[in-house]
Order: sequence, then C-alpha cells, then structure tokens
Amino acid sequence: MGAVSMNESFDLNQAADTQVLVILRHGPQGGSLLREGLDAALVAAAFGRNVSLVFMGEGVMALCRGQDVDALGQKATAATLEMLQMYDITDVRVEAAAMTSMGLSEDDLILPVLPLPAKALATVIAAAPLVLTF
Amino acid sequence: MRYAILLLGAPYSTQSSHSALRFAKALVSRGHKLETVFFYHDGVHNAARLMTPPQDELHLGDAWQQLHAEHGVALQVCIAAALRRGLLDEKEAARHGKQGVSVAAPFELTGLGQLIDAGLTCDRLVTFGP
Repeated sequence: MGAVSMNESFDLNQAADTQVLVILRHGPQGGSLLREGLDAALVAAAFGRNVSLVFMGEGVMALCRGQDVDALGQKATAATLEMLQMYDITDVRVEAAAMTSMGLSEDDLILPVLPLPAKALATVIAAAPLVLTF
Repeated sequence: MRYAILLLGAPYSTQSSHSALRFAKALVSRGHKLETVFFYHDGVHNAARLMTPPQDELHLGDAWQQLHAEHGVALQVCIAAALRRGLLDEKEAARHGKQGVSVAAPFELTGLGQLIDAGLTCDRLVTFGP
C-alpha cells in the first residue's frame, strides 16, 4: 500500500470550530461541481465563516500535483486550491480510502491534508453545523 | 422545523429537481416551514422562464412558482451560475447588453452568501444533487 497514513488520532479540535463543511466528491474534469463547490467554500470564508473541506471519492483527484492549467479550455481549479490559505481555509481533510483507491499518497498532493478513515469522517460530518455536498 | 433546499440538478436531465419538489411539498404538508429553495450549479435551469415541457409532463417552473405563491417559499438563484448558463433577469440583461429575459420573478438572482445564510439560519438544509 502507498504512503497513506491511516491516522486514527485525528484532530477533532479544529473540526469543532467548523461552521461550514464543504464536501467535494467530484474531480476537476468532466463537470463543474468541484469548481462551484469551491466557490461556495470561498464565499462562506469571505463572509467570515470557519470553513473546512473534505475531499471524498473522485474529489481527491482535485488535489493532484502537476495538473495542466486550463488543459480543457476550462478555468482550472488547482489555482483556487492554492489560494485557500488566503481565505483562512486550512482545515483540509481527505477520505483515506479514496486516496488508496486512486493510488495517491500525500506526496502526490498540492496541499497538506489530513487523511481520515471513514469512521472519523462520519464524526467530522456529524459535528458540522452546516454541510454542503458537491 | 425551518428548512432550506439546495438544488444542483438540471430539470428533466436528472431526477433531482422532481425529488426536491416532492420533498418540498411533503415538508409543507407536514406543517414545516420551507424558507427557501436555492438553485445552484445546473439547478439554475429550473428558473428558465421559457421552459416548455410537453403538456403531459409536470411543468417544474410552474410548480416552483406555485410553491412560492402558496407557501411563500423564496426561489433564490445563484447569479454567477445563472449568468454563465444564459439565465438573466431584466436587470442583468440590460447590464450585459443582452436582448431578452430568461429569468423572471418570483425567481430572484442572488449571491452564494444567501445560501450560506439559509444553511446556517434554518434547522435543516437538504441538498439534491445530480
């Protein structure tokens, strides 16, 4: 198996402050749900809300290094992800099983992330006052 | 309870619009308050003024308007997602120099901030996606 650390002792403190949890389940190609989901996250952050992101399933592909900018004539999402810190969005979690199934390790990703096992993910989702799923 | 609905699917393409509408009707019939339906992503096509399905099919646009008329449900459409997809009200059409109007009241073009507000002030926000 790759270098995905199945970190059981995840940090719930940060999740406890989360006001808006945005779940991203779609990759950067094939549709605009990822882009529009990220837009919602940025707007929530710009309105002063504590925003956390969770990348699930195919959504983890959004975090891959080495994506060609605008390869498909669409606005790329990787640049937006690199801007997250400017919006104070630092709590970025990924579904560990999705990274494994996509053959990704943390070294392949453009952001520092916290891979979570399914059980921990459920806790994070249950604790968030508002969950937006894209 | 106070509810909000987030609808992401295009009408007549996926089931999500029909499901959202049925859920909305179930809510009000059980005495809950549905504050707003927020149309985002391909869901903005639900606000298309010229939507003309065959007569033997449910007219989703009319159904949303009926929900607004009978239960005061706000019909909010993300302006950024709408403009991209050619859905403009009179004001936006004039601003962008476009002829014709594809969105009319009671649908209102508004910002994503309204979605966040609705989500945080209502007891439940339920998403219907493609």
